[in-house]
Amino acid sequence: MAAVPPKAVTEKASSGEHPVRLGAADSNIRVSVDLLDSLMNLVGELVLARNQILQFTQTQEDSGFVSASQRLNLITTELQADVMKTRMQPIRVVWNKYPRVVRDLGQAFGKQIELQVEGADTELDKTIIEAIKDPLTHIIRNSCDHGIETPETRVLAGKPAWGRLLLKAYHEGGQVNIEIVDDGAGIDPQKLKQKALQKGRIAPDQAERMTDREALSLIFLPGLSTAAKVTNVSGRGVGMDVVRTNIEKIGGSIDLQSTVGRGTTIKIKIPLTLAIIPALVVACGRERFAIPQVNLLELVRIEPGRDQQIERIQGAPVYRLRGKLLPLIYLDDVLRINSARAERESVNIVVLQADEQTFGLVVDDVQDTAEIVVKPLSKLLKSLAYCAGATIMGDGRVALILDVLGLAQMGGVIGETRQHGTLAFEMQGESAGEKQAVLLFRAGSQERVAVPLALVDRLEEFARERIEMSGGRPVVQYRNKILPLFSLAEFLGRGSGSKLPEKVRAIVFTEGSKRLGVIVDEIVDIVEESIQVRARSSRRGVMGSAVIDGMVTDFVDLQAIIEEVDKSWFGRRREENSGARILVAEPSSFTRGLMRNYLEMEGYRVLEAASSDEAFDRLSRDGADLVVASLDLPEPFELLRRVRTQPELARIPALGLSNMSEEPARYSEEDVQFDDYQLKFDRASMLHSIEKLAHAIELREPAVAAGERA
Amino acid sequence: MRNEANHESLRSLRQYATFVVHDLFLGVDVLKVQEVLRYQPMTPAPCADGVIEGLINLRGQIVTAFDVRRRLGLPDRPAESEPMNVVIRADDGAVSLLVDEIGDVIEVDSDDFEPPPETITRAAREVIEGVYKLSDRLLLVLSSEKVLRI
Repeated sequence: MAAVPPKAVTEKASSGEHPVRLGAADSNIRVSVDLLDSLMNLVGELVLARNQILQFTQTQEDSGFVSASQRLNLITTELQADVMKTRMQPIRVVWNKYPRVVRDLGQAFGKQIELQVEGADTELDKTIIEAIKDPLTHIIRNSCDHGIETPETRVLAGKPAWGRLLLKAYHEGGQVNIEIVDDGAGIDPQKLKQKALQKGRIAPDQAERMTDREALSLIFLPGLSTAAKVTNVSGRGVGMDVVRTNIEKIGGSIDLQSTVGRGTTIKIKIPLTLAIIPALVVACGRERFAIPQVNLLELVRIEPGRDQQIERIQGAPVYRLRGKLLPLIYLDDVLRINSARAERESVNIVVLQADEQTFGLVVDDVQDTAEIVVKPLSKLLKSLAYCAGATIMGDGRVALILDVLGLAQMGGVIGETRQHGTLAFEMQGESAGEKQAVLLFRAGSQERVAVPLALVDRLEEFARERIEMSGGRPVVQYRNKILPLFSLAEFLGRGSGSKLPEKVRAIVFTEGSKRLGVIVDEIVDIVEESIQVRARSSRRGVMGSAVIDGMVTDFVDLQAIIEEVDKSWFGRRREENSGARILVAEPSSFTRGLMRNYLEMEGYRVLEAASSDEAFDRLSRDGADLVVASLDLPEPFELLRRVRTQPELARIPALGLSNMSEEPARYSEEDVQFDDYQLKFDRASMLHSIEKLAHAIELREPAVAAGERA
Repeated sequence: MRNEANHESLRSLRQYATFVVHDLFLGVDVLKVQEVLRYQPMTPAPCADGVIEGLINLRGQIVTAFDVRRRLGLPDRPAESEPMNVVIRADDGAVSLLVDEIGDVIEVDSDDFEPPPETITRAAREVIEGVYKLSDRLLLVLSSEKVLRI
């Protein structure tokens, strides 16, 4: 016993009731995750072998053999459970750093915040712990920044000066629940609704029907979050859509409850482990595929002879599911495999959810639900968008796990990139084939005119008497401001000079603080379709024509109209930013998503790269106007050096993003330098710096810059 | 340059695991080979590169199977014959090369080595490092790294 280290001795003494317990140094050993993974693989195999033996046992009469195989059965089950446990870690691992984060943030914002933690021992799979780290930090930051008020405000509101932030984790129903509760100002659902309306994310009648709870979930919409400065919500929810995407990626869900003045509760539910997921097994052709149950909504089977069958719109199959059109994708078509579809009489539709879009996947057969072990695929197969991994089925064969989002993109049900409501939208090229909601209306003659719904702020009706003239143009007082009106019919040269009707209908467009009302005759409909502009038009005010609902429809060139009304509408900012391509090199996909969000809001186009090599490849291939590189990359200066030594890339301005303000000083010895350094999460300074750098390149070589952009 | 490098590393005796693909006698460095298996049931990977034949289950590990015939631009394997698996260790796990027949492990002398002639097809030149002139036939050395680069 003399060899026992002193530390163990003291622990033994303090533990009291377990006099023979070993010290921490003796009871724990370090094991590499690779070894654990391989152990888990082997146990999985053992389970399969056990299953085969059990099957064989049923045909055997030898009682000795039967009891031996039953023992094998029990031991295997226990072994599997124990091996699963080895990968678990307490959530404390992540939470340990939060007291400091909260204290620092409190000091920075001049707030007094007390962090309470409950259930830090709750255990989670290691991979999940990794995945929730960044989203959780972001939520906590948000709560400190926007949720909890300053001590003065709190005292005025009759609350204690110290704000309370509670982190809670517990197991429930095979899932881990994490709650982040603050007793701050809360979020006003009305303001969120207004914001969403302004952005054209929801229709006015939708907003009216919306419950407070539904309105609060608007915070997770992309594009809604950032520019919230205008309202009193004050930026609360920056990047919440990115948080949700990351949580959903690991099969979790996020929910937000808030009472104005009382505080906000964010609830995250995540699975215990990523390694085993419940899945639905379907068959198509001779193969089986697993679909993660998180994406599954329902199963529909259409029997032959039923009235309701699959219909087609311009060749695209749809099914009426309880009165709503469900776009369909045939799995065999998307994957280009042979199936037995032709011989089948009934049709099996698996209704799935990807992002916000619901669609139906037509498969040959729906087989069973199963708990599957997710196995990673080799790098060579990473490019398969429809495939999220593979698993081994009970019979030992490999089956592919379908990535519902990728499948939806391949099938054309959702676009590659999400739509953002900016005025300068591209109708051809990247957005062609994407589903787009458009507002149809009539102006002047019977011709149908359309405008993308994302650009529309509101639809309004004004009494004719309210319309006044100012500077030769009709205007109306609207929300305490003067709203310039514009007759589309006149501009398009159809039915000019006609008297305004009793009720004037107008579409209101908003950009920043500016508004414009476009007078139309009648609002026809809102349709969501993938739109192909057939003919580009040379007519003034018309961008092109497309077939919508089987009828030729003109697309309004909003930009031309706005320029007609107000030459200074777009201001300097837009002109400079529009189209500038920025390459973001950042290892964390979460931070990359945030950056994309910020930059696209400002009208930039964003290219992403996860590593220095990828960044360099993309730069050499596609070029960019500006590089934003994270100093978290393994070799940020190596990338810069490579870029600077390429003649055609050497002059691209580069911005370095660091986590700490002292970091750039550390790199002052390097032989190459970024044009500027900024802190990673300081959005305003970062955007300012980018604007400056982008502006500088235009001044330096206007001809080249213009040429590159064309 | 490549020639010199090869000579440097090939000076001594080396062992190759050999196999037959179509009418070619090929070998890979025996140290790269993890194991050799009979035909395994395969799950196809739709839409993947044609060289990737599918996925097999190797004791719980999912292994990508490469069709060496397609990689070398040779005619496809007759439908009735079943390929053998030569499982090699790659950077990110094991990969299986599908071949027609398995041969012995043979020892060769670097003096018999020559770089591949310029006249072989481009697809073959990409992946064949060189040729050993054996007494009765030619052994083509397959680069286990390059063969996986698609």
